Amino acid sequence: MTHDHDHDHAPITNGDEPPAAARAGALESLLVEKGVIRPETVRENVDWLVSRTSADGARLVARAWVDAEFKQRLLADARAAAVEVGLSPGPAPVLVAVENTERVHHLVVCTLCSCYPRGLLGPPPAWYKSLPYRSRAVADPRGVLEEFGVHVGDDVEVRVLDSTAEMRYLVLPRRPPGTERMTEEELTSLVTRDSMIGVAQPAAPATVG
Amino acid sequence: MTYAAGHRVRVADRTHVGHHRTPAYLKGRCGTVVRVHGAFPNPETRAYGDDGMPARRLYLVGFEHRDVWPGYGGRHTDRFYADIFEHWLEDAE
Repeated sequence: MTHDHDHDHAPITNGDEPPAAARAGALESLLVEKGVIRPETVRENVDWLVSRTSADGARLVARAWVDAEFKQRLLADARAAAVEVGLSPGPAPVLVAVENTERVHHLVVCTLCSCYPRGLLGPPPAWYKSLPYRSRAVADPRGVLEEFGVHVGDDVEVRVLDSTAEMRYLVLPRRPPGTERMTEEELTSLVTRDSMIGVAQPAAPATVG
Repeated sequence: MTYAAGHRVRVADRTHVGHHRTPAYLKGRCGTVVRVHGAFPNPETRAYGDDGMPARRLYLVGFEHRDVWPGYGGRHTDRFYADIFEHWLEDAE
């Protein structure tokens, strides 16, 4: 930005505060001043967001792995399914679960910002918000998956979901082999956040010695 | 115009001043309606304090990689999907 007006002053800076934080702070105080939000609104929302973890999403996935009828309800209406097991799916308008199979692998991205089901996965990781992930996930999904360590065979169709609007997509990953004897609760420990975004497979079960 | 699953559509190739949810990389590209999500308040006006009414119909549209990225090296049946509001779609049948 040029600075060519005709009076003398020292450069205006925010000290050590990053410009985005200063802008957010200015917006917040303006919204409070105009009565649009209450002073505690921002804190309450941040508290809610950071209290969410992918453990909630993992509960949905593990339940779907052990209960075929629940899985059908999850795929039909993921919000209702989340409420059914006592979870709070968050304020996102519509939650959609998509199932990975032998033939199809889903990958979720938000090319416009960083949308995903925060209520079930917690705050999105930094890489999910990064420009390289957002641009390359739609242009070269197989290359991105390889970099995450996921090899998708030529006999599997890759489906990338770009959450551009009201939908929030949750991937229902495939149940790993060798987990037939595990309980629903044990299975939840295998379901990682990244496997519900589609950039990882669920963790392998610990080998019984 | 209202679309149903299976309808060929083109994403309008127009610019828009202000907030919108139609990614630039899809403008002018053809795809197929996969699912009708229902109608939602319009984010283009909601972003500026309006109530977003009338609600706009939202579609899940599937695109083949090779239709969007000519040099795509993956499997030819790989697809990607985006949620596009009705007023950004044109009939491409």
